Amino acid sequence: MSSLLSVNDLHVYYGAIHAIKGVSFEVNEGEIVSLIGANGAGKTTILHTISGLIKPTSGNFSFNGKKLNSMAADKIVKLGLAQVPEGRRIFSELTVQENLELGYYSVKDKEFIKNEYKHVLELFPRLKERRKQLAGTLSGGEQQMLAIGRALMSKPKMILMDEPSMGLAPILVKEIFSIIKACNNEGMTILVVEQNANMSLSISNRAYVLETGSIVMSDTAQSLLGNEDVKKAYLGG
Amino acid sequence: MNFIQQLINGLSIGSVYALVALGYTMVYGIVKLINFAHGDIIMVGSYIVLFSMKSAGFPFWISILGAFTLCAILGVVIERVAYKPLRQAPRISALITAIGVSILIQNVFMLSFKPDPRPFPNVIDGNFGIGSINVSYTTALTIGISVLLMILLQLIVKKTKVGKAMRAVSEDEGAASLMGINVNRTISITFAIGSGLAAVGGALYSAAYPLVDPFMGAMFGLKAFVAAVIGGIGSIPGAILGGLIMGIAESMTKAYISSQLTDIIVFGILIVVLLVKPSGIMGKNVKEKV
Ligand SMILES: Nc1ncnc2c1ncn2[C@@H]1O[C@H](COP(=O)(O)OP(=O)(O)OP(=O)(O)O)[C@@H](O)[C@H]1O
Ligand SMILES: [Mg+2]
Repeated sequence: MSSLLSVNDLHVYYGAIHAIKGVSFEVNEGEIVSLIGANGAGKTTILHTISGLIKPTSGNFSFNGKKLNSMAADKIVKLGLAQVPEGRRIFSELTVQENLELGYYSVKDKEFIKNEYKHVLELFPRLKERRKQLAGTLSGGEQQMLAIGRALMSKPKMILMDEPSMGLAPILVKEIFSIIKACNNEGMTILVVEQNANMSLSISNRAYVLETGSIVMSDTAQSLLGNEDVKKAYLGG
Repeated sequence: MNFIQQLINGLSIGSVYALVALGYTMVYGIVKLINFAHGDIIMVGSYIVLFSMKSAGFPFWISILGAFTLCAILGVVIERVAYKPLRQAPRISALITAIGVSILIQNVFMLSFKPDPRPFPNVIDGNFGIGSINVSYTTALTIGISVLLMILLQLIVKKTKVGKAMRAVSEDEGAASLMGINVNRTISITFAIGSGLAAVGGALYSAAYPLVDPFMGAMFGLKAFVAAVIGGIGSIPGAILGGLIMGIAESMTKAYISSQLTDIIVFGILIVVLLVKPSGIMGKNVKEKV
């Protein structure tokens, strides 16, 4: 296995606030990796930095052998690194179909687009029925499916997911995670940030635990699920 | 003068307001900036057409294309130089910068071409009748070109990839860039289209009121901005509707009340609309995203 995404000694400041304090980790090709941590630990900050929405103060990170450091967000997507951002951030004034079309904005190949579009609608049949509807009128769960579907449209090598289960009923959480697993089975590498640590650890190969801007633990998902400290802090028991 | 005749006059000047209002609304939609220099682009457009026809002898339609192109470039340059560095700054800083740009453009033109009004060349003479109504070719041309451009704009915004990108960036810049959209380029395109439309608006306005001076854009621009606010700033159909309301209100006031009251009526409409619906007729009620 080779590392697809590697982050090395990353520091991020918001003004005087030192939000990320020297974080290093990697994700190998074909893996699902969880990043767990309490509210405000810095999970979203890390994902935003990797995708180029925030510029880090220092640190190196690379994807598929290419340095991402000063690359613009729209260029990073084109390398095959997509993100399902926290809070969905779908375009509510656009229709479901238009949202999906934006997902392949950077792709030119018509045949590829047609196939991916079909594929995504097969994964999310509910979106198919609501193609012409304004995305803002979808239910929360449907919006989350749209956010994931949109990120899948360009068939990225890797997806960063920021709390894909936020605000969803248990049955939908299960559905979303089984879709994540299915994407992984098709060869997609996934880094998932979750409050629902139980669920995300259960489908992950490995995980990192983040505490106030530093990684304090890293292990296989299996052994973290059995770890007493992790259980107390993140698994509700 | 008959009512229908006044309505047509109102539609004509109203469609010019609409063309200019579109630029205000599109720019506001995408960068949340009231671009005070937008009115002066009208003036620049008029001067370009004036010189192109008078000094270079080009026909009106080539001159308009030239004005569209040059003003589109000017709009992009203004955004890059003056507004882009302030994109993360408080909006009030950008607003003051826009006022500065406006004053700069006016003064450059005053120094270069003297403050005195210059006559604008005749575009087309004559009238034609529909029943008892008499319509000048200039009026018909103005309405025709405006409607054509509005349809074109609507097609671009609704159907093309660039249009989708513009709407996406308006809603959420960060999420748009996560889709692979080049935000800077999309903003530039928006300024280019808005400024180009203002140039055409300037040329059509000058065809009807044939005097051009360096300050002509100030009042006209302000009224077009009011039209955008009446329609709901940020909304493209709103800008068109607002422009038409303004134009018709102006022409009716002139015909049936008093030409001295037009500005009072126009700004009165603004106040009433804002009291009844603060976001404008077609404006969205700003909701917090969850
Ligand atoms: N734009 C900002 N300006 C200032 N501070 C910020 C900003 N964004 C985040 N922070 C701070 O950085 C820290 C990390 O925030 P981040 O959003 O990355 O946390 P998180 O782990 O994703 O939390 P959650 O689980 O609640 O989503 C927090 O203390 C937060 O207050
Ligand atoms: Mg977060």
